[in-house]
Amino acid sequence: MVGVAVAVRDAELITRILAGERELFHELVQPYEKSLYFATFSILQNEQDAEDAAQEAVLKALKNLGNFRAESKFSTWLVSIAVNEARARLRHARVLKFESVDESPPDEEGGGFTPSVISDWREVPLQALERKELRQLLQKAIASLPEIYREVLLLRDVEEFSIAEAAAALEVSEGVVKTRLLRARLMMQKILAPQLASKRSGLFGLFRNRAGGSWF
Amino acid sequence: MVLNCKHVWDQISNYIEGDVDPELREAIETHLAHCRHCAAVLDSTRNILILVGDDRTFEIPVGYSDRLHARVQQEIMSSG
Repeated sequence: MVGVAVAVRDAELITRILAGERELFHELVQPYEKSLYFATFSILQNEQDAEDAAQEAVLKALKNLGNFRAESKFSTWLVSIAVNEARARLRHARVLKFESVDESPPDEEGGGFTPSVISDWREVPLQALERKELRQLLQKAIASLPEIYREVLLLRDVEEFSIAEAAAALEVSEGVVKTRLLRARLMMQKILAPQLASKRSGLFGLFRNRAGGSWF
Repeated sequence: MVLNCKHVWDQISNYIEGDVDPELREAIETHLAHCRHCAAVLDSTRNILILVGDDRTFEIPVGYSDRLHARVQQEIMSSG
């Protein structure tokens, strides 16, 4: 199901839920429950907190379903609630630790950041994600990004929000989203490209087919 | 318009988005055709983003979905 079909399905379910068939809420959120977890985990970096925040977001969505406006996608609305829930928890945790909540804003200039200059890149196939080592490398790289960059990367490249949707969810301008996105993407490249491309590193064997030594 | 490598890096995210005007796009593509470093930076960035966006990158805790729907059910029963 894509695009319009999804919107129609969601709109129909929402109408029926609001009319009293509340059990249908299970069906409405089911396709998005993974996305919710990706969102809360990316921000909170802890399984239990991420699960709690995702649950809380779903309950808030149920309570506030009447406020949902069909001009946005239900998935975007739902994930935005999860992002806000996770951010609120993060802020709360910082306050409890007596840490300053007003982070000094990192350099917002997108320019001036140097990627990892490699001369050759061989594509890492998606099947390689079956390997735990690769998943861990990716997760570690995401976790290492400062929060403001992790959030835009999550919304645009994982959750596939548009630039405008990401800007609305994070309450910043589209220009800020684009600048942060550039930085986030180049940071990911800088961290990961040398590890994934180096023929000398131990990871090289990760993408080789054991039998033939060829790339799959 | 002639671009150096740094100009290309500054635009790489917008280029991936398809969010550059035709003149800039052409200048970037001319540069990429002659600079294997920038071509590798673009390919690696794009590939890494595809991997990051794949569902399998994050593991969902065992029982997550069941616990989520149990909470939802509780809420539906208590407030319905």
